[in-house]
Amino acid sequence: MNITLRVWRQDTPDAPGRFVEYDAPDIESHASFLEMLDVVNERLTDKGEEPIAFDSDCREGICGMCGLMINGLAHGPQQGTATCQLHMRKFKDGDVITIEPWRAAGFPIIRDLVVDRSSFDRIIEAGGYITVPTGSAPDANLILVPKPAADAAMDAAACIGCGACVASCPNGAAQLFVAAKVANLNLLPQGQPERWTRVEAMVDEMEKYFGSCTNHGECEAACPKRISIDFIAMMNKDYIKAKFKNRRMAGQGS
Amino acid sequence: MTTTDKGTDRGTVNRRRPWAIEFYGSAVGKKWVMAITGIIFLGYVFVHMLGNLKLYLGTDPTGIFAIDHYGEWLRELLEPFLPREGALWIFRVVLTASVVLHIHAAYSLTVTNWKARPTRYQSPREYLVASYASRTMRWSGVIVGAFVAFHLLDLTIGTANPDFVAGDVHANLIASFSRPGVAIFYMVANLLLGLHIFHGTWSLFQSIGWNNPQFNEWRRWLAWAFTAVIVIANVSFPLTVLTGLVK
Repeated sequence: MNITLRVWRQDTPDAPGRFVEYDAPDIESHASFLEMLDVVNERLTDKGEEPIAFDSDCREGICGMCGLMINGLAHGPQQGTATCQLHMRKFKDGDVITIEPWRAAGFPIIRDLVVDRSSFDRIIEAGGYITVPTGSAPDANLILVPKPAADAAMDAAACIGCGACVASCPNGAAQLFVAAKVANLNLLPQGQPERWTRVEAMVDEMEKYFGSCTNHGECEAACPKRISIDFIAMMNKDYIKAKFKNRRMAGQGS
Repeated sequence: MTTTDKGTDRGTVNRRRPWAIEFYGSAVGKKWVMAITGIIFLGYVFVHMLGNLKLYLGTDPTGIFAIDHYGEWLRELLEPFLPREGALWIFRVVLTASVVLHIHAAYSLTVTNWKARPTRYQSPREYLVASYASRTMRWSGVIVGAFVAFHLLDLTIGTANPDFVAGDVHANLIASFSRPGVAIFYMVANLLLGLHIFHGTWSLFQSIGWNNPQFNEWRRWLAWAFTAVIVIANVSFPLTVLTGLVK
């Protein structure tokens, strides 16, 4: 198939960027979106031009490294899919495809389509851990977890931290990412000792970089892992509870 | 590479501020305040609408309009425990405080959100689920706020209504809504109010954290139903007066 790309090119973090058009003829319709970009980049390199910088790693939808704004949608038109799992057959011959980087204060552009998402790392450092006793490994199933809680925690843990929630949010808020990371620990018995300090620390860290949630639900629709905004409600509840909590009673569960 | 840090490091400083200030200082806290004040407004709007329905009850045998009776009852409410108009002033103080908090939180969060994306997308955005109502909350909110100010000048204080007589509720309503421009403004403002409370009614559940698979699907229906009741009733008042159905 023959397509035309309008790609955001930006040489340095502070340089003014611009859209540059590239013709991309003879693209295999079974190619993934990133493979298509690889082909375009090889042709650019052959011509002696600078290839388009973009992030990718596992290319099987589980690492969270890739992420492009494709035709105004985070990760493109197919829902529940990261950019690497989007295939060119989702586009039509002759399409003009516009590609932009994630845009948010917390995700400064490094070059072209590559953004710095280390603000997410700062949020994880603030509370995305549990304290464990060192020593020999405990027996399996020593701590019982109710099945619905285990399932919910697993759903939250599916977050790959790609940043599509921030990119798609009209407010540039990171609520879905943080809520998923809070929930996958706060929902489990192992996460209870730090439950209240965790939610406070992670939300406070998040608010240094990102906007605030107005419950559009756009993040949930853009999320390649279909993380539910139910987790945002849970996080809000835990944050508010944390503010009211008598910490001396923190050993009593919710 | 450093990421943009748009806030100060509050790790230690915040702990020394009073509890309520610290809570309100966070965006999640502000949204909680917006939800709680929103519930107060929703309750008020509902009761206000119920009271206004007395416009349709006409007069009692002595020739006094039902809505005038109701107005007097509001002024006498909880007398003699409270002085005359005491309950009314409690409502006014609570509502005014809620308005101040709701608007301040909205303003502050809007500034935060604008700073969170200093460079907008340079190509057209598409939205999958963000509704027209949710994306226009700031506009509908500001216009409804301006409408409330006019409404108070028109039918509470009376400066925007040349024929205003204090306490004469029915006559004031008729005088006000007989002006086509004013009646249309009331109707438009109430449609925008509907847009605002449609998103607000659903959104407050999320902001407070009332999320449970057992009732989650009902939250949208509640928002639809509540909005429909409020908008239909509120739009009917200027409409029936303007068309001469209520005299």
